[in-house]
Amino acid sequence: MPLLLYRRVYTMKKKSSLGKARERAGLLFVLPSMTILTIFVFIPLIISFVFSFFKFDMMFNNFEFQKLDNYIRLFQDGKFFNALWNTVYYTVCTVPVQIMISLIVAILIKKQSWFNSFCKTVFFIPAICSMTVISIIWSFLINKDIGMFSYWLELLGFEMVDLLNSPVWAMPTVILVGIWKNLGFYMVILLAGLNGIDESYYEAAVMDGAGAFQKFRKITIPMMMPTLSFTVVNCIIGSFQVFDQVYVMTKGGPLFKTQTLVQLIYSTAFESFDMGYASTIAVALFAITFVVSVLTFKHMTREEDNIA
Amino acid sequence: MKRKIKGSLLGRMISLLVLLLLVFIILYPFIWMVVTSFKAEADIVSWPPKLFSGEFGLQSYKDIWERIPFLTYYRNTIIFALSVSLISLTFDTMAGYAFARIDFKGKNIMFLLVMGTLMVPFQVIMVPLFVEVYKMNLINTYLGMILPRATNAFGIFMMRSFFISLPKGLEEAGRIDGAGEFKIFRKIMLPQCKAAVISLFIFHFMYQWNDLLYPLIMTTDDSHKTLPAGIASFMGTHVVEYGVIMAGACLSILPILIVYLFAQKQFVQGIAMSGMKG
Repeated sequence: MPLLLYRRVYTMKKKSSLGKARERAGLLFVLPSMTILTIFVFIPLIISFVFSFFKFDMMFNNFEFQKLDNYIRLFQDGKFFNALWNTVYYTVCTVPVQIMISLIVAILIKKQSWFNSFCKTVFFIPAICSMTVISIIWSFLINKDIGMFSYWLELLGFEMVDLLNSPVWAMPTVILVGIWKNLGFYMVILLAGLNGIDESYYEAAVMDGAGAFQKFRKITIPMMMPTLSFTVVNCIIGSFQVFDQVYVMTKGGPLFKTQTLVQLIYSTAFESFDMGYASTIAVALFAITFVVSVLTFKHMTREEDNIA
Repeated sequence: MKRKIKGSLLGRMISLLVLLLLVFIILYPFIWMVVTSFKAEADIVSWPPKLFSGEFGLQSYKDIWERIPFLTYYRNTIIFALSVSLISLTFDTMAGYAFARIDFKGKNIMFLLVMGTLMVPFQVIMVPLFVEVYKMNLINTYLGMILPRATNAFGIFMMRSFFISLPKGLEEAGRIDGAGEFKIFRKIMLPQCKAAVISLFIFHFMYQWNDLLYPLIMTTDDSHKTLPAGIASFMGTHVVEYGVIMAGACLSILPILIVYLFAQKQFVQGIAMSGMKG
């Protein structure tokens, strides 16, 4: 007891100097991360806005202030609106289908069994592979001349075209490959949400004579709203940044029909070396994703309130 | 009652069929990739395509090292992914710990800033980032690829949530013994968070291993390209040799796949976490 008392007095006395030492330690602990974030995120973000008003050459000399010219150019640029349209097309098709399929699969394999955990293991494999490799495999499989899937579809009576070179079919193909890859990823997140729902709700519903569909509509959906809104926002943000499969499978073609915003930024900056204007598009992308995800989140949380 | 059981049996049959079909759709491309990588080019391009046809051999696996600087890509990927993961893990954990359990001036505003960076997609800052690294003369260097990724806001956030969940007063014992803050962190706190650290490591490693856009802009020649960037540009510039590319694809997936099959739980956790990255 006296020892304890002594310790308390001791720590109280020493508190100020000890507190200072701790404070210094705390700063030291965050110093590396804060330095790196400052140099490689905060400053580039600010520069991005600054760049969007300039024009400069490949060697980053001859900076010319453009006033609002870059933004005026943006609003008159058919390429930008084409890329914006393609990105919206990609997002609007991907998000509902992706979430719906992933949710259905998650419900189907929710119960614990060896077969379900086998399915889970398999469905998740695409999620751990690089989009590059997956895009390559799929572009071979649907190749009109050697592709297995293309051949099977032909056997089923479809008239096959060169999907990735068709202005109509290139984008849907790219979308399907994206959905195929991300199925396991969204399934895992939704599965975590599903497992968080207490079984007793379902039991009570069965007692009241609810069928499978009613259980889904009246319990699963409302209880899943927080997870769902998170997943939807996540999927929207991801879709707006789509690049990899487009870069590998189509390079934005045919006829720029699959050129997305990020791909446009990339080709403007690193193929045409128009860094200033690329930053203008990047700022636009930032603004668009920000607004869209805030709106979606607001909408989905309101929905959540309505249901509750 | 009888009808209900019948109905549920039918439902189960349908769900089983759907799942089996899905397993096929997911697995088949990978099976095709592996089989094709062992086939001769002439057998791959024959019509109608067959999964098993002709003779199998290791020719593609011999050719891949000569056709493209595959060994260089592989080495680069390992160096890049491993260094970024280890360094970022260290810094993330340290920062996360301080944000969770030490009071210091400016803590809240700094943490707010860290959270703010989660809202900034890499694509938005990639042009100025390239210019910065270019001006530092670090394009086509490991340092230039690793430094910008040496910490990760999401990693900090995740480790902070983890450290906050640990019981209060865990560090008091160490303090009473007069241990310094760093010693407390290393000896008392770190051993508590093995699982979280492993998940975060896997998340970092896989993300870097598979990333395409970032290594693509940070490298302009083959000397520092990683596997995805290397394979992607090979696709674009050469007459396609399917067998060789599939061999490369197999080899590039293999390490991740092996780790996945052995540490599935951590993997799924690590990836599910990345979902919160936004």
